[in-house]
Amino acid sequence: MEQALKMRADTSNASDFKNPIVSAKNVDVFYGNKQALFDISLDFPANQVTSLIGPSGCGKTTFLKCINRMNDLISTCKIEGNIEIEGQDIYANSVDVVALRAHVGMVFQKPNPFPKSIFENVAYGLRIHGLTNSKTELADRVENSLQKAALWDEVCDRLDEPGTSLSGGQQQRLCIARTIAIQPKIILMDEPASALDPIATAKIEELIDELKTNYTIIIVTHSMQQAARVSQYTAFFHLGELVEHGKTKTIFTTPKDERTKNYVTGRIG
Amino acid sequence: MNRHFSVRSKHLATRHRFEVIFKWFGRISIFLALGFLVLMLAIIANMGAGALQQTRIALDVPLLQEGFDINYLDEADYDGLIKSALRQRFPDATSRSQKRQLNNLLSIEAPFTLKKYVLKNPDTIGSTARLWFIASDDVDLFFKGSIELAPEGNAGRLISEAVAWVNELKAAQAIKTVFNFNFFTGGDSREPELAGIFSALVGTALSLLICLAISFPIGVLSAIYLEEFVAKNRWSDFVEINITNLAAVPSIVFGILGLTIFINGFGLPRSSPLVGGMVLALMTLPTIIIASRAALRSVPISIRHAAIGLGATPIQTIFHHVTPLAMPAMLTGAIIGMARALGETAPLLMIGMVAFIVDVPDSIFSPATALPVQIFLWADSPERAFLEKASAAIIVLVVFLIIMNLSAIILRQKFQKKFCKNNF
Repeated sequence: MEQALKMRADTSNASDFKNPIVSAKNVDVFYGNKQALFDISLDFPANQVTSLIGPSGCGKTTFLKCINRMNDLISTCKIEGNIEIEGQDIYANSVDVVALRAHVGMVFQKPNPFPKSIFENVAYGLRIHGLTNSKTELADRVENSLQKAALWDEVCDRLDEPGTSLSGGQQQRLCIARTIAIQPKIILMDEPASALDPIATAKIEELIDELKTNYTIIIVTHSMQQAARVSQYTAFFHLGELVEHGKTKTIFTTPKDERTKNYVTGRIG
Repeated sequence: MNRHFSVRSKHLATRHRFEVIFKWFGRISIFLALGFLVLMLAIIANMGAGALQQTRIALDVPLLQEGFDINYLDEADYDGLIKSALRQRFPDATSRSQKRQLNNLLSIEAPFTLKKYVLKNPDTIGSTARLWFIASDDVDLFFKGSIELAPEGNAGRLISEAVAWVNELKAAQAIKTVFNFNFFTGGDSREPELAGIFSALVGTALSLLICLAISFPIGVLSAIYLEEFVAKNRWSDFVEINITNLAAVPSIVFGILGLTIFINGFGLPRSSPLVGGMVLALMTLPTIIIASRAALRSVPISIRHAAIGLGATPIQTIFHHVTPLAMPAMLTGAIIGMARALGETAPLLMIGMVAFIVDVPDSIFSPATALPVQIFLWADSPERAFLEKASAAIIVLVVFLIIMNLSAIILRQKFQKKFCKNNF
């Protein structure tokens, strides 16, 4: 663990929380009558990676999906409290969820490329949002996104092949390319490497580290090593509550709460 | 080894035996079903094969100069010419019944064949024309061996003298069978030897086109709306139960609906493929909706998440990603519905598509009949010769069905390829 923490340079600094890009205040989430999240207040600094850790069923994915309102798809899900992105309440009536989701991209647990060509996978978001004016511009943006996702060299000669023909790790990077093509401010990642082998995982982690210069990344992960490797900040969830939040280094080395300590040392989870 | 493991699992032999027995039951059922299918097809093919052959009789018709006025060629007494030619050919026909039988050797179409010939070749007047005329149904059946010779010397409705005439023609090589083009190009007729399937085929094709054009888009769009946009509540449950029940409503009820609403209400033309197709569409809709909803439900949720997470609107998600993936299964549902519609008779009876239609329908508004109705009409006719026509029509119906299914399979594979590869 110590080693993992040293692997990346610590880019966090004290001024991060003066101007958080995402700010959640007193968020409660209910599935029907069952309450899944209790009074979560959590800020995310811009251009940093924040990881959400905790045992299964602790509500970290639920919280993640509140940030781009994917929870709206579940009819029984009810959200109380306040989440602001750059000062705008995203649950306000005036907010268009389609615009919100163009602003807050998401990468899912299982790679889910569209059953279309590699090119179309990346171009789709650009097309529906009308972000390019010409075919060459579209092709440029697609190439650029694939390069940023470190996939271009592997697929440049077979852009017409279906996205589903790639390996699992390549598919996940394709999904990342698809997400960054429309240039969101924030990227949510829901255990993006849990379905991948160690080598593919390492590539994704490397990519996450590079992406944080342009994007704010919030990642849910089950692997504490991964959280230690990729994130500057860590929030520990337990049974729907936010137990502890702080610099990743602090959380893993000198946690304040007993439950955090037990979790990061592998005693519960 | 075996003994060693069997200690741990009891009744192992019995458990395996059940598997073997079940497999054999399955195999036997499939072979039985296939056997019956082959038997049925063989019987129908055997019965219907005769309809593909048409018997023709050669007759020398003297075209005497005095029988024709060169200015009014189409008003000449062609019927009389044929009759006298027949009397000349078989002078032994003297009694009334023999004469009637003699005139019945040829189809009532014979004078028209002669007339057409004369109008085309007016210079042959004055000579003797040897023409191959279509034989009547009784001669046709006897010559093709479909009717056995009775011990009394007659064959079906052919009296013994007529049997002798046919045998004499055979000896003189003045009777033969040719391929029955007329069956595929002609309309229905009171005379079995002249009856054809074409008008019914066109009627069916038009009706099915209307049915597909109405039911597929409406069915798929309804399924999309019900599956993706309607909030689940008591009202949507009510709609769902109704659709499921509609799929089980006897088809004749749809016919009554079509009669009261489309014909009496909207004033659309009776017996037309338009109304037929609309009625069949009503009948097919529930099938397509149910199949399409199941198809939509089977599309993995991850695809929807991917699109929605990217900022696609629900409509874009459904039309760009979900529907293309569901399309093959939707097409299968549509084909099942269309196949049912193809074989449907009852609702068409209600809207008048059972009428005796000779002409080939030239638009969706003109009166028409449909293949299954035509089969029903022929099977119901007293003339024995219609039996083989009915069987042949069944073959045509089955071929139509196979072509429809094949095109659906090709379409489906094209769709699958298309949406695994490129564009939207």
